[in-house]
Amino acid sequence: MNPKKTFPIGGVHPEENKLSSDKPIITFPIPKQVIIPLGQCLGAPADAIVKKGDEVKVGQIIGTAKGFISANVHSSVSGKVTKVDEIMDHTGYRKLAVFIDVEGDEWLEGIDTSDTLVKEITLSREEIINRVKDHGIVGLGGATFPTSVKLTIPKDKNAEFVLINAAECEPYLTCDNRLLLEKQNEFLVGVKILMKAVDAPKAIIGIEANKKKAAKQLHKIIKEDKYFKGIKVQLLQTKYPQGGEKQLIKACTGREVPSGKLPIETGCVVVNVASTYAIYEAVQKNKPLISRVVTVTGKSVKNPSNFMVRIGTSSTELIEAVGGLPENTTNIINGGPMMGKSVSVSEFPVIKGTSGILMMTDKEAQPRQAGNCLRCGKCVNVCPMGLEPYLLCRMAKNNMFEETEANYIMDCIECGSCEFTCPANIPLLDYIRYGKNKTGQLIRSRNQK
Amino acid sequence: MNNYLISGSPHIHGWESTKKIMYSVVIALMPAFLFSIYYFGFDAIRVTLISVAACVLIEWLIQKFLIKGPCTIADGSAIITGILLAFNLPSNIPAWMIIVGAIVAIGIGKMSFGGLGNNPFNPALVGRVFMLISFPVAMTTWPTPRPLLGDAWTDAITGPTLLGHLKEGISQGISANDLMVFENVQELIYSGSLGETGSLAIIIGGLFLILRKVIDWQTPVVIIATVALIATACWLIDPVHYVNPMIHIFSGGLLLGAFFMATDMATSPMTINGKIIFAIGVGALTIIIRLWGAYPEGMSFAILIMNAFVPLINKVCKPKRFGKPVK
Amino acid sequence: MDDILLYSLIVLGVLGGILAVILYIVAQKFKVEENPLIDEVEATLSGANCGGCGFAGCRAFAEACVKSAHDKNNINGLFCTSSDMTKVAAVLGLTVEVADPTIAVVRCNGTCENAPKKTHYEGADICAFAHTLFAGTNGCPNSCLGLGDCVKKCVFGAIHIDKEKGIAVIDEDKCVGCGTCTKACPRGIIEIRPKGKNNRRVYVDCVNTEKGAITMKNCKVGCIGCQKCLKECPFEAIEMRGTLAYINADKCKSCRKCVDVCPRGSIAAVNFPPRKPKVEVESVNNESKE
Repeated sequence: MNPKKTFPIGGVHPEENKLSSDKPIITFPIPKQVIIPLGQCLGAPADAIVKKGDEVKVGQIIGTAKGFISANVHSSVSGKVTKVDEIMDHTGYRKLAVFIDVEGDEWLEGIDTSDTLVKEITLSREEIINRVKDHGIVGLGGATFPTSVKLTIPKDKNAEFVLINAAECEPYLTCDNRLLLEKQNEFLVGVKILMKAVDAPKAIIGIEANKKKAAKQLHKIIKEDKYFKGIKVQLLQTKYPQGGEKQLIKACTGREVPSGKLPIETGCVVVNVASTYAIYEAVQKNKPLISRVVTVTGKSVKNPSNFMVRIGTSSTELIEAVGGLPENTTNIINGGPMMGKSVSVSEFPVIKGTSGILMMTDKEAQPRQAGNCLRCGKCVNVCPMGLEPYLLCRMAKNNMFEETEANYIMDCIECGSCEFTCPANIPLLDYIRYGKNKTGQLIRSRNQK
Repeated sequence: MNNYLISGSPHIHGWESTKKIMYSVVIALMPAFLFSIYYFGFDAIRVTLISVAACVLIEWLIQKFLIKGPCTIADGSAIITGILLAFNLPSNIPAWMIIVGAIVAIGIGKMSFGGLGNNPFNPALVGRVFMLISFPVAMTTWPTPRPLLGDAWTDAITGPTLLGHLKEGISQGISANDLMVFENVQELIYSGSLGETGSLAIIIGGLFLILRKVIDWQTPVVIIATVALIATACWLIDPVHYVNPMIHIFSGGLLLGAFFMATDMATSPMTINGKIIFAIGVGALTIIIRLWGAYPEGMSFAILIMNAFVPLINKVCKPKRFGKPVK
Repeated sequence: MDDILLYSLIVLGVLGGILAVILYIVAQKFKVEENPLIDEVEATLSGANCGGCGFAGCRAFAEACVKSAHDKNNINGLFCTSSDMTKVAAVLGLTVEVADPTIAVVRCNGTCENAPKKTHYEGADICAFAHTLFAGTNGCPNSCLGLGDCVKKCVFGAIHIDKEKGIAVIDEDKCVGCGTCTKACPRGIIEIRPKGKNNRRVYVDCVNTEKGAITMKNCKVGCIGCQKCLKECPFEAIEMRGTLAYINADKCKSCRKCVDVCPRGSIAAVNFPPRKPKVEVESVNNESKE
């Protein structure tokens, strides 16, 4: 294996708290009812094609993608659709969802439900991409960007590297780590599929040094099996945001994605571990994205665990399974603590982007009083994009959006390092997000003219 | 209801807080304070306590009655200003002068700009320079040390600091070597304001801050290096008119300024490059004032002058941007 | 000594004279010909530069008025809510109809009491940001977030966030109805409505579009779209916008019948005198029924 690499500027190192890294993935029992939201990806929500009373099977398509950036939604269980209605998602807003009462576990024909490893890739390039699209695969790291869009390389570009984001730089989360430990072969076949799909000769698996065990195992398999030639395991320093797309490319290949451009500019396609596994399942087993690994964790949680969960399972069932909601829980987070979203209610359905459910008690999430900016410059020094968060924050606060644009607010990857490190507890990222939103509007309205 | 906390990400935060940073600085100033008690006796405690109490009280009064904002004295920044102001004063200064200095330091130097973080100039130095100009005699008559355990408690012998002594002597045409063999020179080394005397104590405090990552090592090191470089060059060229650079480094307010005042977060640049430029400026100005200026001591002026350049430095020294198009 | 004084005086005097001449020449050369009417019109305006008229400021509005008066001989379509337009018209030698004064109303009564908080928010004090983050501390996605984007935008200081209620409150005496706040609110809660006769106006104090059952959970006074008011109104002033009732101010005669029938208390009637006599009549009626 190669020595550790990292991205050049900024970064922070939060407490890792990988409490569940030794807990094997438990297949979560199929619940009595699932609620499958139709908008599960970045972009337009899917259109429901089932109605009340319809019988559905596992893997059956229930929502079709609407527009280019959108993804199909499949039933994760077999049973009867009870209604298509609005459900409160984790933000408290209501989104359309399909409610299914479970009856048995009957799979759609043509889906291979066995555990046997299928190594040989029979599908062609286009077929793979179509399969990924049809089977509703999105980036499972949390951003939920449709993977098929990512794999469709523009005509004037070509991909040199497939980068697998196994950094899992978010504290607490261990779902990718467990997948790498338990499904290495399937994962590596997934990498091969990706290499074929984008026609890239090389693949690099970027993995943080706190997952040495997984890295060693992968390295061993690659070395022993000629089939996996071209794949390389790259150890990365444990530093946040190592798993940021641009940071990962810089660390692994030394290339820098130009400001405002996509990773393909540098010949890289970055895919998350869980997505890679889902792609394996979709391409080799014809299995749509109907389940994912969710880390349910927290310092006060009795039994932090990793579950293989059917999409649409209620979060309360998962929370019950790890020993219930800890006392004094003040903050429940959908995702990791650095980029996840706090939820208004403890009951929400698990969707494709739910990488973890984190429960924090009053000890961990103490109320913070924002003070005056000390101008200490810590935010400037930790910003992995080389921006000046204090300045952007101040400009956004005063609605100076032309200035924020001139100071490259649109480069911000919203990693939250600045707010993490701010001694005055200023909600820097809140203001920057607001500024980004408004600056984006400004740019769009100007482009329309 | 469940009353969950809703906030934008990130949901976890680093250990640092304004309070922790400020109290780290207070702790780092303690060795120098103990040293000053050892050398100046009860007067050191008197001056420091009056200064700290005055600064905290004035900040509280302004917050309560003028700004009518939340009480901010608990964050410890007024305490630091108080200690630093005291460290810049001679030990026999009258109490009312300290209070006037504190009013200027906190009232004009800090609160008039909107409090912590908004002040362009280091408040303690604003107070100090105001006092230096308003009460020149009291501010430049230094009592020779009256050690706590020593015997010379009764009379207040006053004399110049080592740098003042050298400056005056050189201006009268006496060579630097002759000045150094002056009989009282050993005593003069420890003469000066409260915080200037214990070089070792200041360095210990500074190292504590560097290890705790409250300040960057670049600022003090570059300041000292700049001073050392220019002083050495002058000394090598003309040893008759210029003294050994070690004297410049270890006497006067250089170390105190380099570790505690030039590193003040609000009044120094944001990026490391900016800090280095700032530090070179402070070092160069200090030694220029010391060697060729009217004052024997130049640290406070140098820092204040460079404070004024900070917005400009911030504008020029932007961090290296990720993904910046290569021209 | 005297010489120095004399020379200084001469030098300064001459210098001053030369500069005065230069200034005069420059001022003449670069003089901008402006219609003096603009200044006169501007003098009648409030000078708040609120932008409610759609122009960059009061000066720009004055210019537009003068131009319109010159070109079209009227100032129709130009309206400043915070100034007396009759005076503007008088300066220009025109007449205008006195328009009904307008006022901003916050169409949310989701106070801490009516819509209890279920979560608490910590972060930037910007409604626009909080709106993207979550539905609101009381769970209603159409409620006032109470972080004061409108307060920051109001140049007349006519809005404040009531600490106890947790929602924006309009100061009737200060509000001129310029409409800046309506654009600032990310949820479109604030509406510009006619002030009404004697400042009396009736409006639906809610913009909620959620289903009735969900509204009931979130808020005690949210409109559930039961349409009782619609049926009751004798003037057909009430229309349904989805599940939300809306009172058309042009048709409303302020009879307040809708207020009485609303089962949720979502309809606000402000500045009406207390209804003592009627309540008595009602109670008498009730008694007679019983």
